Amino acid sequence: MRSRFDEQLADLNKKLIEMGAMCEECISLAAKALKEGNPGIRWEVEPLDNSLDDLERNVESLCLKLLLQQQPVARDLRQVSTALKMITDIKRIGDQASDVAEIIGFLNGRTSEECEYLDQMATATIKMVTESIDSFVKSDLNLANSIIEYDDVVDEYFNKVKIFLIDLIAKNPKDGEYALDLLMIAKYFERIGDHAVNVAKWVVFSVTGNH
Amino acid sequence: MNNIMTVKDLCLWYGQTQALKNINIDIPEKSITALIGPSGCGKSTFLKTLNRMNDLVQGVKITGEVKYGDMDIFAPDTDVNKLRKEIGMVFQKPNPFPMSIYDNIAYGPRTHGIKNKAKLDEIVENSLRGAAIWDEVKDRLKKSALGMSGGQQQRLCIARALAVEPKILLMDEPTSALDPISTSKIEELASELKEKYTIVIVTHNMQQAVRISDQTAFFLLGDLIEYGNTEKMFATPEDKRTEDYITGRFG
Repeated sequence: MRSRFDEQLADLNKKLIEMGAMCEECISLAAKALKEGNPGIRWEVEPLDNSLDDLERNVESLCLKLLLQQQPVARDLRQVSTALKMITDIKRIGDQASDVAEIIGFLNGRTSEECEYLDQMATATIKMVTESIDSFVKSDLNLANSIIEYDDVVDEYFNKVKIFLIDLIAKNPKDGEYALDLLMIAKYFERIGDHAVNVAKWVVFSVTGNH
Repeated sequence: MNNIMTVKDLCLWYGQTQALKNINIDIPEKSITALIGPSGCGKSTFLKTLNRMNDLVQGVKITGEVKYGDMDIFAPDTDVNKLRKEIGMVFQKPNPFPMSIYDNIAYGPRTHGIKNKAKLDEIVENSLRGAAIWDEVKDRLKKSALGMSGGQQQRLCIARALAVEPKILLMDEPTSALDPISTSKIEELASELKEKYTIVIVTHNMQQAVRISDQTAFFLLGDLIEYGNTEKMFATPEDKRTEDYITGRFG
């Protein structure tokens, strides 16, 4: 029985890694389009986001099946319940990457070139997402804690972007709409970082039993 | 919550073999304490020590202290019959006496000197009601208890234990021989009984321990490895051996 359960847990991990990889791809595509000015990127991101939603349902069923069949206790119970909570955050990450892609469509091909921080911010959030799922799969408490701390870096980028955009509006009032779109995008990246932090916090619970 | 029993440094040997090693446990009153662990870990031995059932085993040697309230149960002046009246036992396999349902229940009170018919009638009804089986058997009290189903027999045995007004019920895997419906009835019954009685139950069914007990003790090779709040133990056990056992990694 135990070996079957271990196989199912391995399958669960595999699916979560898959979800994480899809999130990364969504964010990367959006970040690249932002840098290069590709207004049609949403048509690439949206299907990915939809697949992510399907996978979320899939993982959810697997977790329910594990609870039902294996009646897990102790760290198994925490691992399965953590997975159930994590997938909501992972799904949101996909949704927000999709929202970024949608806003890029309103920029009329303009890039974020003037605001270098935005690209760095995207890279930082991708790192957070990847590592948060890694920390779950490896039950790595140190990695999870380092992600929680790393959120400050993303928050700092958000402030830099904001200051840059205030300055931009002051200099070119007609760029107001463009600036607000970029601010929205920055906010979505910042939220993605927060979701990665949530995942990391669930990993801490899964490993230690404490929040 | 008050502790109805306190166990200090309890050791027990069967001949040369040490079956219990320095066990320390407080058993809170009016609650359910589950004893879990792999076969041969000492949990049943521990249970039987609580009302001195182990006295009947040849070559048994016990050191340490078991207190029931203020009473040292191993003291030379302890009345063992009185002790077992207050600390009753229900076994794995239902063991009704080969007599009527009524006489099964009245047996204990009669041996304790109750002869009055009306009083016995009252005890029989109350005990059967207490064990949630009155409605099923009230019309056939004079019929043999051996004609009942396994689940009914086990509840009859619980009723029989209740008839002598115990304070504590020791249950040694009381549902392992029963089907799921009878098991669920016994579990519900145990949860009801803890309002009036203290229950200590040995179980191999981990989910049963989670469902009904307030605290759980995990035994391994005669040692008490971990003892504490059941929910806490099954969510975040402190000892790796507990974790490995309850998650099915060994045992």
